[in-house]
Amino acid sequence: MSKLHVTILKRLGWALVVLFGLSVIIFSLMRIIPGDPARLALGPTVPEEIVEQYRERMHYNDPLPMQYYYWISGVVKGDLGASTVTHRSVTRDFAEFLPATLELVIWAGIPPIFFALLLGVLGAMYNNRWPDYIIRFSSYIIIATPAFVWAVLFLLIFGYWFPILPSIGGRISMGYSVPPVTGLMVLDALIDGQPAAAWDAFLHLLLPSLALALGHTMQEARLTRSYMLENAGKDYITMITSQGVPREVINRQFLLKPSVIPTVSIMGLDIAAIFGNAFLVETIFNWPGISRYAMNAILGKDINAVCGVVLLLGVIFILTNLLVDIVVIMLDPRMRQSRSK
Amino acid sequence: MEALKRNWLKFSESKISVIGLVIVSAFLLLAIFGKYMVPYPEHIGSYVDFANAGLAPSSKHLCGTDLMGRDIFSRIIGSFRNTLLMGVIVLCISAPVGFIVGVIAGYNKGKLIDTVLMRITDIFLAIPPLVLALAIASVLEPNLTNSMLAITVMWWPWYARLSYGVTSSLRSENYIIYAELVGAKLPHIIFKEILPNCLSAVLTKMTLDMGYVIIMGATLSYAGLGEQAPKPALGSMISSGVKYMPGQWWLTIFPAIAIILIVLGFNLLGDGISNMLGTEEN
Repeated sequence: MSKLHVTILKRLGWALVVLFGLSVIIFSLMRIIPGDPARLALGPTVPEEIVEQYRERMHYNDPLPMQYYYWISGVVKGDLGASTVTHRSVTRDFAEFLPATLELVIWAGIPPIFFALLLGVLGAMYNNRWPDYIIRFSSYIIIATPAFVWAVLFLLIFGYWFPILPSIGGRISMGYSVPPVTGLMVLDALIDGQPAAAWDAFLHLLLPSLALALGHTMQEARLTRSYMLENAGKDYITMITSQGVPREVINRQFLLKPSVIPTVSIMGLDIAAIFGNAFLVETIFNWPGISRYAMNAILGKDINAVCGVVLLLGVIFILTNLLVDIVVIMLDPRMRQSRSK
Repeated sequence: MEALKRNWLKFSESKISVIGLVIVSAFLLLAIFGKYMVPYPEHIGSYVDFANAGLAPSSKHLCGTDLMGRDIFSRIIGSFRNTLLMGVIVLCISAPVGFIVGVIAGYNKGKLIDTVLMRITDIFLAIPPLVLALAIASVLEPNLTNSMLAITVMWWPWYARLSYGVTSSLRSENYIIYAELVGAKLPHIIFKEILPNCLSAVLTKMTLDMGYVIIMGATLSYAGLGEQAPKPALGSMISSGVKYMPGQWWLTIFPAIAIILIVLGFNLLGDGISNMLGTEEN
């Protein structure tokens, strides 16, 4: 086994520890709630004997560590309990609503990275000249605007004033029917050989994913710019410059990679922010995703559903970060060495 | 005095941070004295005047009126106090808590307590903050205090990470080792030796974070989990206006502009301070 494998296995181990901790926090959250969970689930009119039977069946009379054990062994098998509002299995609801959210988050999270890197590199190349000023000035304004405000502004501008893009029509226009394969609408339409439907689904994605993407894109652009400038002042760059290596070659081969690595490593954290913001953006654009489902669960105090969502998002977030870590280790030879000692 | 002047020169080098300072000062002033300065102070609350409901912006009502006939400009200014309180309280609790956790872990680097504390920190960092804040705020009663509590729970790990980094690099400095040799107690080392060295990094982060906390608070309030009606809050003003777009666009646009300006002000100021103190972002 190479050092790289050991490093990755270690990361995997930590991810499991973090997951365990997350599950404990969520379990405690479920138990903080004032009121009797059995009574809440069955409603006020059910007689006490039945509530007592339910309590016994759900292990609510056992000590807390045992309750945690029963709960977590269900979760591992994919059983998150039933929603106390819809009485449907929370896991089944997830299967229905998660793909729409994943599609949104993927579009909001991944393509903008390239714009972020491009803007960052441009800003560094034209440091303190007008392209840099424009990028910096707009990034200040864009970062200061919360995602939900972007969503509202887009809705006002493109939904009402200049209705050129679909804004509150869900994932695809009426009239198209796309058989679900992956659950990602654009991809499914392409698999089914319907380019027009794929384009339509893409247009539906545009505004909500842009509302989610703007803030973190500009944040990453700023980071890339500052790392580019910081690295440009380092000795090794001065040395290669003095040897007469052309500027473009230096930028491309010696400056870009070390400057991009720190940006990539914070992207995992940005994913968390995108998921969080998706909660409101989905509600605003009427997007049929998990966040809208969770939002309703939160307002309806549907505790199994709420905890399921938090757990699910935590798992997705931990996995994304694991993936990002591995990418960074692959990109950065220094990480490989120092981490495997 | 000399040092103050030098710092000011360094700070004002960038015009953009001076703009930030101006915006933040205006915001602080309005948050404290705004109640006595607005044209319609009684509109900051449960006031009803249906004859003047839904008026477009005019010289009489700069930002128009809402569906109860209340002056939106007065309500925006009236919400500043809670916006400010949100930022100050969240940061003044989460920064010290995070600092203590980070310092204890960093000072005992490599020991069991370091691993335990920093793993707990990692777990909190692993949950999308807004999601847990929403979950906490929903389990408890939706109000301003609980939304502050929810954000605080999500915020301290960042300060733990920051002071952990600073402490573990200071750990092997000679003056810390000498302090240990002469038998200094742990509180002395933490507060007299390490704290002064962390302070500029922590303070810079607090100014930079102010904007983010305000965004988070506005987001919770938009979701209906912050300050409840009839008291004004920027987020809830926007969410109640969305239903009346595009006809009554002023219901949403002006509170949105207010949020953007406030956050922009704190971000510019934070950047200025971090340049002045020479602390790196991230």
